[in-house]
Amino acid sequence: MAVANTVAWRRRHLVTMEDLFREEIELILDTAPQFLAVQKRESGIKKVPLLQGRLVVNLFLEPSTRTRISFELAAKRLSADTLTITTSGSSAVKGESLHDTLANIEAMHSDIVVIRSRFAGAPAILTHRHTSRIINAGDGSHEHPTQALLDAFTIRQHVRAQRDDPGAGLDGLRVAIIGDIAHSRVARSNIWCLTKLGASVVVCGPRTLLPPKIERMGVDVTSDLREAMKGADVVYALRIQLERQAQSLFPSLREYIRLFRVDSESLKVAPENALVMHPGPINRDIELAADVADGPRSVILEQVSNGVAIRMAIMHLLANSGPEE
Amino acid sequence: MSTVIKGGHLIEPTAGISAPMDVLVQGDRIARIGEGLEGDKTIDAAGCVVCPGLVDIHVHFREPGFESKETIASGSRAAAAGGFTSVVTMANTDPTIDNAGMVEFVNRRARETACIKIWPAATATKGMQGQELTEMAELKAVGAVAVTDDGKDIQSSWVMRRVLEYARMVDLPYLAHCEDHSLMDGGAMNEGYNSTRLGVPGLPKAMEEIMIERNARLAVLSGVRLHVQHITTAGGVEILRRYKAAGARISGEATPHHFTLTDDAVRDFDTNAKMNPPLREQEDVDAIKEAIADGTIDCISTDHAPHTPTEKDVEFAEAPFGIIGLETSLGLVIAELVGPGLIPLERAVELMTSAPAKILGLDAGVLREGGPADIAIFDPETEWVVDPKRSASLSRNTPFAGRTLRGQVKTTLCDGKVVYLHDVGVSVG
Repeated sequence: MAVANTVAWRRRHLVTMEDLFREEIELILDTAPQFLAVQKRESGIKKVPLLQGRLVVNLFLEPSTRTRISFELAAKRLSADTLTITTSGSSAVKGESLHDTLANIEAMHSDIVVIRSRFAGAPAILTHRHTSRIINAGDGSHEHPTQALLDAFTIRQHVRAQRDDPGAGLDGLRVAIIGDIAHSRVARSNIWCLTKLGASVVVCGPRTLLPPKIERMGVDVTSDLREAMKGADVVYALRIQLERQAQSLFPSLREYIRLFRVDSESLKVAPENALVMHPGPINRDIELAADVADGPRSVILEQVSNGVAIRMAIMHLLANSGPEE
Repeated sequence: MSTVIKGGHLIEPTAGISAPMDVLVQGDRIARIGEGLEGDKTIDAAGCVVCPGLVDIHVHFREPGFESKETIASGSRAAAAGGFTSVVTMANTDPTIDNAGMVEFVNRRARETACIKIWPAATATKGMQGQELTEMAELKAVGAVAVTDDGKDIQSSWVMRRVLEYARMVDLPYLAHCEDHSLMDGGAMNEGYNSTRLGVPGLPKAMEEIMIERNARLAVLSGVRLHVQHITTAGGVEILRRYKAAGARISGEATPHHFTLTDDAVRDFDTNAKMNPPLREQEDVDAIKEAIADGTIDCISTDHAPHTPTEKDVEFAEAPFGIIGLETSLGLVIAELVGPGLIPLERAVELMTSAPAKILGLDAGVLREGGPADIAIFDPETEWVVDPKRSASLSRNTPFAGRTLRGQVKTTLCDGKVVYLHDVGVSVG
């Protein structure tokens, strides 16, 4: 039932969206529906034996709940054996280097290692030396590729439904990403993913939370929420971290809400059928008004459901890619 | 017993010599410079440049405290392999070089273990804490050639002013690593498109330029000689140029990595491209090169900063700042500056010998009859590929692995003794 695709998957790792070609992104998106279907089976048996006997290790070196359980569930539904290691200490604190940690995991014959780290580049440096397939589950402020893929998948589903066109893609769509762009791996991965798929992206946030020269990533930049939302087919709100206030990055939640909250008032400038998205967890009524989060435009829970299917698709593709890239 | 260095092309910047000439070494001194000289032993320098032993006024030899990174012995061997016979060692050791006893320790270790000349710098404040002045008169009396609080810089302008005034009194130059730490914020690379792309916190150019400007102003106020270390930005060059034009006692250095690489080298989170100040952007590289060509920048220094492979083999944010540079400096200067015609070879030699020696008043970087026989002999045309495994340093942290450089050191003599011989491939310490 997967859409036939002429592109073969060759990569051993999924580390960044910046690296991927459009055809590869589309292959992942086209592989996901069959795994979405597995989870909705009438029989209630939400499992396939594709990764039976394989070992998937979730190495979470930074606190995470939803991404971790999404990966765990994806691996289990593929019938893989799973181990989850969680620690928030840096290598200096735990007294073992990242390479040593992975070497120990590999000594137990891991096939796929899913890594979340607070350090940009942690997954990338692992691919240089080790044999397991590496999946980046978020590295510092760098990238979070599986989030971008599940977001693109969710957008595409809706575009196809809205236009009643099963072949429709993201070409020509306008996506507004709102909030703390500077510290957001979700923003970076989404920028690469969406622009490669033909969408145009505008990023919007306080000047203090827009990183320098981000326009070179191929996006429009503004600090005017209404300008960002004008003509946006998708409004994507990011989580704002309260600690940024103490770092003098914005004056108060009150003013943040006033200028950057996605709510029914600010959404008035966006087209009526614009989708509202959020990577979670939501600060209700801060970056996103509760009624909008729960309203008809919101696809936030679909993002969560699709996340499992996308991660199943990625593990399936990586596990069956050849020894060489 | 005398040795003649025969058949080479002598470059001696202070005397304005660039001609085929022999050098006769008698003991630890240069006996004669001239044509057709003979000696008991002969070093064949055909096809090579013969010049004063190179001088680097900015190296970290890590002893005492960090001997797994480098020692005075291993650092001196790396220096000799790079053609250097004089280096100024920074004082950010553990403990820091902040009193006469510590300077004497470095001097003793240098006497006992180094194959080249070590000129120690001392800290400007006790323990490099940026609060109380060190005993600079005594530090100078036992051989410190400059004061510096190194990468810590001195953040308080009030303390800095007093440091510079006091250093002026005892006539010690101040070596300034210019950086406003309040703008650092966990930064690990240049702030720009690449830091945005990689999600790595950035170090804005302004944090360097603000401190160059502040330090320059305080230097003018105090009358001290201020040497600005490793200038990396176009704006920093501009400040230096302006103060020099106004007649300030200010000088500046550039490192080979800052005129060769941009922050593109960080691509793939290579911790060997992580140093402080960081690699900047092409416009900065161009400005540094221009400043070297027009004389705004006074000398080349390496900021040789060894860290062990274990320390560097971590996530980018976790890795220490710094790279080694003594063995690649001459090859990069020739490949990047002389080869493309930016400066003549004679000027390159000057930037690496008499110019840095003059800044700190070192008796080095000059070849003259009766003077110390500190000599580098190098083939300016030979191309070679950097192999960190062959480094004489205890560390391997270079971003130039696999890069082709031009200009190969063949022999280094310090006080008349051969301390490096390329054909042997090792330094003889």
